[in-house]
Amino acid sequence: MAKVTIDGESIEVPDGTTILQAARMIGGDNVPPAMCYHSKLKTSGGYCRTCIVKVSKGSEKDPRPMPKLVPSCRTTVMDGMEVQNNTSAEVLEARRGVVEFLLINHPLDCPVCDQAGECHLQDLGYENGAAKTRYDFPRRKFNMIDIGPNIKMHMTRCIMCFRCVKTADQITDNRVHGMLFRGDASEISTYIEKAIINDFSGNMIDVCPVGALTDKTFRFKSRVWFTKPMDAHRDCKKCSGKVALWEKGNEVLRVTSRKDKWGESEEWICNECRFDKKDIKDWVIEGPRHIDRHSVISLNHYENVVAKLKIDIAKQQKQIVDKK
Amino acid sequence: MGKKILLEHINVPGIKSLDVYRQNGGYASVEKALKTMAPDVIVEEVKKSGLRGRGGAGFPTGMKWSFLAKPEGVERYLVVNADESEPGTFKDRYLMEKIPHILLEGMITSSFALGAKTSCIYIRGEYFYVSRILEAAIEEAYAAGLLGKNILGTNFSHDIFVQVGAGAYICGEETALLESLEGKRGNPRIKPPFPAVAGLYGCPTVVNNVETIASVPYIVMNGGDDYAKIGIGRSTGTKLISASGHINKPGVYEIEMGITVEDFIYSEEYCGGILNGKKLKAVVAGGSSVPILPAELILRTEKGEPRLMSYESLSDGGFATGTMLGSGGFMVYDETTSIVKNLYTFARFYHHESCGQCSPCREGTGWMEKILHRIVEGHGKHGDTDLLWDIQRKIEGNTICPLGDAAAWPVASAIRHFRAEFEEYINHPERIKEFKHLQELVS
Ligand SMILES: Cc1cc2nc3c(=O)[nH]c(=O)nc-3n(C[C@H](O)[C@H](O)[C@H](O)COP(=O)(O)O)c2cc1C
Ligand code: SF4
Ligand code: SF4
Ligand code: FES
Repeated sequence: MAKVTIDGESIEVPDGTTILQAARMIGGDNVPPAMCYHSKLKTSGGYCRTCIVKVSKGSEKDPRPMPKLVPSCRTTVMDGMEVQNNTSAEVLEARRGVVEFLLINHPLDCPVCDQAGECHLQDLGYENGAAKTRYDFPRRKFNMIDIGPNIKMHMTRCIMCFRCVKTADQITDNRVHGMLFRGDASEISTYIEKAIINDFSGNMIDVCPVGALTDKTFRFKSRVWFTKPMDAHRDCKKCSGKVALWEKGNEVLRVTSRKDKWGESEEWICNECRFDKKDIKDWVIEGPRHIDRHSVISLNHYENVVAKLKIDIAKQQKQIVDKK
Repeated sequence: MGKKILLEHINVPGIKSLDVYRQNGGYASVEKALKTMAPDVIVEEVKKSGLRGRGGAGFPTGMKWSFLAKPEGVERYLVVNADESEPGTFKDRYLMEKIPHILLEGMITSSFALGAKTSCIYIRGEYFYVSRILEAAIEEAYAAGLLGKNILGTNFSHDIFVQVGAGAYICGEETALLESLEGKRGNPRIKPPFPAVAGLYGCPTVVNNVETIASVPYIVMNGGDDYAKIGIGRSTGTKLISASGHINKPGVYEIEMGITVEDFIYSEEYCGGILNGKKLKAVVAGGSSVPILPAELILRTEKGEPRLMSYESLSDGGFATGTMLGSGGFMVYDETTSIVKNLYTFARFYHHESCGQCSPCREGTGWMEKILHRIVEGHGKHGDTDLLWDIQRKIEGNTICPLGDAAAWPVASAIRHFRAEFEEYINHPERIKEFKHLQELVS
C-alpha cells in the first residue's frame, strides 16, 4: 500500500495505482481531467496531456519533487508522494495551454455535432479554456472518408487520443484502422474505405471523447439532452446485453454502453445490441439512468422527477391503505 | 595537434577494408575482450572512462550499461543509433563511410560486455549508400571469423544486422527507433518502462549512438583511466564535431574536449575563421535543438571565462546565457545572417518531424511555424514575439519525448538573445529585404 496526498487530501492505495486513479478514489473537484486515458483500455493515456499534475514530493524515501509536470494517468504513486493539481498555478496554466492546443484546430462545429452535450472537449474547454482564441490561421481540414456502415468519422474533430485504436486492438478480432501520416497532418483512417466491419466496432463510438466517431443510426435524430437515458438489458449471445437506451417518447433513438461517472464505458456491447435493436420491445427496461458527468444532460434530467413520482405514489398507496 | 581516437587512421588509404583496418591495429579490442576479459570488467572500464553518450543527451555510457536488466533466458540487444537526423550533424555518416570497421569492432566488443547475441544498426533512409558500405564491412567480418559462430574460436557468437529507416527524424528518439525496428510506426513510447528493461521486442536493450560505440575499442585497449585522462573534468575523451556554416573549413573534426570555442572557430587546425573575414554573429553549438548563442556568449561565459568545448562549459549559465554540447552539430552564423529566418527554417523542420502523438508538440509546432512564416514574409503582427514565447513555454517539458523541447528551445533562445530582430521584422516589414540593418541590432 502507498499513501498519497493530492491537493491536501490523503488516501491509501494499492501499489501500482496511478495518481489519476488515486484522485478518482478520493473524488470531488480535485480529479484531473482525462481525455485519452480510459479505465477499460490497457496502455491508454499519456497522449493528450490534460491530466498533468505536479509531484511536489516524490516519496517518503526520496522526497525530491519531480522535475517536470507528469501525466497523472501514467504515473504510479509512491508511498508518501505529494501531488498538486488544482492547488498549483503552474499545473493550471500548463493545462490551459494543453486545452488551447487541443482547440486551435478544432472546427468548433458543436451546433451540428451529435456529440454536443456529452463531449469531453466541451467540458474541458468550459472548465479550462479561454474565452477567445489566439489562433488566427485557417483551421485544419481533412477529406471525409467513409470508414464503414455504422460509424461516421469526422477527422476534423479528432483529438488523437488513440482510444479507438486501442479499442479495436483490444476488443475486436482485427484492427483495420490507425493513425496515418505525421504530426498535425496525422489522421485516424482505415486507408481502405468502408473497412470497419466487425461485431464490436461500435464501442469505438463510445470511447471517442469527441464527435469524431458518431453513430450513423442516431445521426441528427436529436440533441442528446432531449433524450432520456434508461438502463436496459436483453439476452444477447455476443455481449452482456446491458446497455443504456436513449429514448424520445417511446422511440429508442440510440443504444450505447453504460458509462461510469468519468464517461468511460463500464462494459463493451455488441453491434447487434447497439445498431439493430431499436424497438422498445427488444429490451427489459430497468429504470432511468443517472448521468453524472455531463451538465447539459443532467440539467434536463427527469430521473429525479421519476424518483419523486415513485415516492409520491408510494405515499398515496400508503394513505389509501391507512384510510382503509 | 590534439589526440585522435576515432579519426586517427582516417587518411590511411584503404582503411575502409578489413585488411588495412587490421594492419592498423583494428579488431585488437575484440581479441583482447573475448579472450582475456570478463564482461563485467569491460563495463567497469567503460564506467571508469567517463564516456558519455554522443547522441545528444550525454548520459554516462557505463551507467547505462549497468542498468541493463539481465533476466535468465531472455535475449538482450545492443542497438546502434545511426539515425543522425539532427540538422547540422553529420559526424556519424563520416565515421561509418570512412572507417566502417571501427563501429563493427565497437559493437562486437560492447555486445560481449552486455551479453548480447544480436545487435543492430538502425540507419536513416537517406544514408542508404552508407548502409551498403556497412553491409560490405559486415560481410568481410563474417568471412574473417569476427562475426558469426564462435568468434575467434571463443564461445562468443554474435550477429549484426543493418536496418534502414524511412527518413524520419523522430526515429532517432530511442523508443521510436525500437518501434520502427519492430516494423511499426515510429512513435516514441511512453516511459517507463525504459529500454534497459523492456526494449526491442520487449527484451532488455541498450541503445547507443554510433560515436559512443566506436569509442569503446580504445577504452578496452587502453583502459578506462587512460581515456578519462583525455578531455576535461566530466567531459572525458574526444568528440566529433560537425562544423558548418560561415566558416572557412567546414567538416568533421575530432577534438579533445576542453579546447576553447574561440580556438575551434578561428584556428587553422579546425574551422579556420569566419568566411570572407566577416564578423561572427551567433553559433548553434550542438545541433539545431540546442539554444543559439550570440557571439559574445559563445566565446565567453557570463562570468567572462573563455567558453570551452565541453558538456559543462557549454551549458554554463543554464539556458539564460548558456547552451549544450548536444550532438556536436556546430553551426556558425556571420553578421549577415537573419536569425529570424534561420529560426523559421528550424521551426519548419520540427513541425514536419513531429510524430503527432501528444497535443502540445503536434499542435504547437505547426502554430509556431505559421507565426514565423508570416513574420519572415513581412506580415508579422504586434504581439507575435510574445505569442511565440508563450507557445514554446507551453510545449517545453510537457511532451512524451524530447522533440517537443527540441522544437521549443531554438525559439526561446532566439527570442531571448535576438528579440530586437523579431521586432524589426514585425515593425518594419519594408526593410526586411535588405539585411544590412540587422547588423546594427546585433551589438
Ligand atoms: C527527436 C530525437 C531525435 C534523436 N535523434 C538521434 C539520432 O539521430 N542519433 C542518436 O544517436 N541519438 C538521437 N537521439 C537521442 C536518442 O534518443 C538516445 O538518447 C541516444 O541514441 C542514446 O545514445 P547515447 O547514449 O550513446 O548518446 C534523438 C533523440 C530525440 C528526442
Ligand atoms: S477518432 Fe475519437 S477515439 Fe479515435 S483518436 Fe480521434 S478522438 Fe480519439
Ligand atoms: S513530443 Fe512530438 S515527436 Fe515526441 S511523442 Fe510528442 S508529438 Fe511525438
Ligand atoms: S488523460 Fe493522461 S495524458 Fe491524456
